[in-house]
Amino acid sequence: MGMDSLIGGTIWDEYSQKVTDLMNNPKNMGEITEEQAEAMGAKLIVADFGAESCGDAVRLYWAVDPKTDVILESKFKSFGCGTAIASSDTMAELCKGKTVDEAVKITNIDVEKAMRDTPDVPAVPPQKMHCSVMAYDVIKKAAAQYKGVDMESFEEEIIVCECARVSLSTLREVIRLNDLTTVEEITDYTKAGAFCKSCIRPGGHEEKDIYLVDLLEEYEKEKMATAADASASGANLDFAQMTVVQKLKAVDKVIDENIRQMLIMDGGDMEILDIKENGAHFDIYIRYLGACNGCASSSTGTLFAIENILKEKLDENIRVLPI
Amino acid sequence: MRVYLDNNATTIVDPHVFEEMEPYFVQKYGNPNSLHSFASETHPALKDAMQRIYAGIHAPKEDSVVITSCATESNNWILKSIYFQYILTGRKNHIIVSEVEHPSVIATAKFIESMGCRVTYLPINHEGLVDAQSVRDNITDKTALVSVMWANNETGAIFPVEEIGEICKEHNVLFHTDAVQAIGKLPVDIQSFNVDYLTMSAHKFHGPKGVGALYIKKGKELIPLLHGGSQMGGYRSGTLNVPGIVGMGKAMEQAVDALDFEMSDVKEMRDAFEDELLKIKDTFVVTPREKRTPNTILISFRGIEGESMLWDLNRAGIGASTGSACASEDLESNPVMEAIGAEADLAHTAVRFSLSRYTTQEELDYTLEVVKNAVERLRGISSTYSYAPEGHESGLDAHH
Repeated sequence: MGMDSLIGGTIWDEYSQKVTDLMNNPKNMGEITEEQAEAMGAKLIVADFGAESCGDAVRLYWAVDPKTDVILESKFKSFGCGTAIASSDTMAELCKGKTVDEAVKITNIDVEKAMRDTPDVPAVPPQKMHCSVMAYDVIKKAAAQYKGVDMESFEEEIIVCECARVSLSTLREVIRLNDLTTVEEITDYTKAGAFCKSCIRPGGHEEKDIYLVDLLEEYEKEKMATAADASASGANLDFAQMTVVQKLKAVDKVIDENIRQMLIMDGGDMEILDIKENGAHFDIYIRYLGACNGCASSSTGTLFAIENILKEKLDENIRVLPI
Repeated sequence: MRVYLDNNATTIVDPHVFEEMEPYFVQKYGNPNSLHSFASETHPALKDAMQRIYAGIHAPKEDSVVITSCATESNNWILKSIYFQYILTGRKNHIIVSEVEHPSVIATAKFIESMGCRVTYLPINHEGLVDAQSVRDNITDKTALVSVMWANNETGAIFPVEEIGEICKEHNVLFHTDAVQAIGKLPVDIQSFNVDYLTMSAHKFHGPKGVGALYIKKGKELIPLLHGGSQMGGYRSGTLNVPGIVGMGKAMEQAVDALDFEMSDVKEMRDAFEDELLKIKDTFVVTPREKRTPNTILISFRGIEGESMLWDLNRAGIGASTGSACASEDLESNPVMEAIGAEADLAHTAVRFSLSRYTTQEELDYTLEVVKNAVERLRGISSTYSYAPEGHESGLDAHH
């Protein structure tokens, strides 16, 4: 919140002069026909993206030189708002003179930057950034058509936030590195979710395969699983706070790692029978097995060794009582 | 030329209204609830205003018309009060609203739904109308309230409130109607049918912004939303908005006086304007004229996204709307169009023109010319009307 967000502004006031001018007089608006393409010795590509039912639809026309792959002419038609029209126009302009492979590298962010009046002031308000994404998508569609390949083959990564072009792998990494727990934090770190907000959670303007809230949940579950593993082995807990099962496991682990080996070498072993809280003490009842049973050291040296290692590793107040 | 055709969003304050309000800023600024002459000199005008407001809706003296800060407050009040009085106490568990109510009803319904109240959202039909029968079908013995607007802000569609009121009476269920778009456009007589609560807003009928009201029938008392110094009979605390109330009273009186003009002259102008708009090819209007408020047209221009049309209109000095002004900052299509189930590709093409008694024929003639030019220009840009080579498989119909 804060003063700026209390009284809604007019989105049009946040359009750059370039966006306004292009909306009023789009430069590359129009069509290329088969005949015109032929006259240029070029191949005509007509690619559509979007749908009127979604509020935005664009048709891109390219005349491509088949020998050099250079886009000789580029025009568009668009059903959409001012941003959609201005960004389609800018996109068509940026395509001209580029090879198809170069054009594929144009992103919606390039389009938006090209529409800025000054380098550090966005050309459109955040919620309108979405309308420039289509300009990016339709290039992929046209290029795919020209090359006879699938549109997805141009995508090297899964993009979660299309407006800011933030990938799934980037988001996963940033969330884990910085231990992010809220959407606002993700937006602060990556800009994902700052624009049309479709990628935040289901129910937005556009349906997504994966949302920011899913990524947070995924990380939360991961943390929980790690914590559960840790607590099952008692790694991070005070011995005194452990459940009986955790105490048993913890004692067993210490014995396994430090003592059992020696006992077995001497032809013996031991088992834990019970753990009881006795005032300030934890009494661990054990039974010697094999050669240990009846060994003189079992009630002196060996016993002290076991008790000391458990005291050192787990809790000062442990007492070991052989039965 | 500047033309204002967004009167369902707000209206110009009638100069006579402003004139009556003016003394209550600098000259007579007393708090009406104090004990001195500064206070008492505000009383005659307040009494007059209340009488005018009561008369405007034919409310009997024993009922209450509580002045609020806006229709949003009134709508919040009725729903939240029902929640506290009936739902939270376990006496009832359900309310019914239409799916195209104003956001101040829908959002409040969603809020009390999140607090455990069951909410039925009544659908509208292909003409944008609510079927009274659907109210009967959804009422249970646990239904506390039915809230259905009198006229829709986007389409102007008039909902069958008399019939719905009757059904509510039969089933002993409370009935509220948001009459914000009805006052000044339709005869509003709360004694002519069964209604327990009714919402009003002064700025929709040439009164000032920041004043609304909630009519409450005797015996159907609500708990207050605003607690405090017990103004408005304890119903709504907060120092009385003296100029606002005075303005609302005068605006109500004028709205009643101008009703015939609105229903004949404004309607005739609207109809003729609509006829001309419909001569442009590929244009669509959803709700039949006789089922609409006399000032409203919601029209779709195929192939033209609504905001683009507003852009071109605005460049020519014309103010219209793509629907509810509250929603114009998000990217969503007109919710009423979506609810009507109009062809999905038309949902984003709706533009609303709403007239008032201040609208002139000259303004409409000018607007028509601007619309025609805008349609030509924008369809020239539109992919809907663009060339495709033979055998081209259009991807424009598919959802992305």
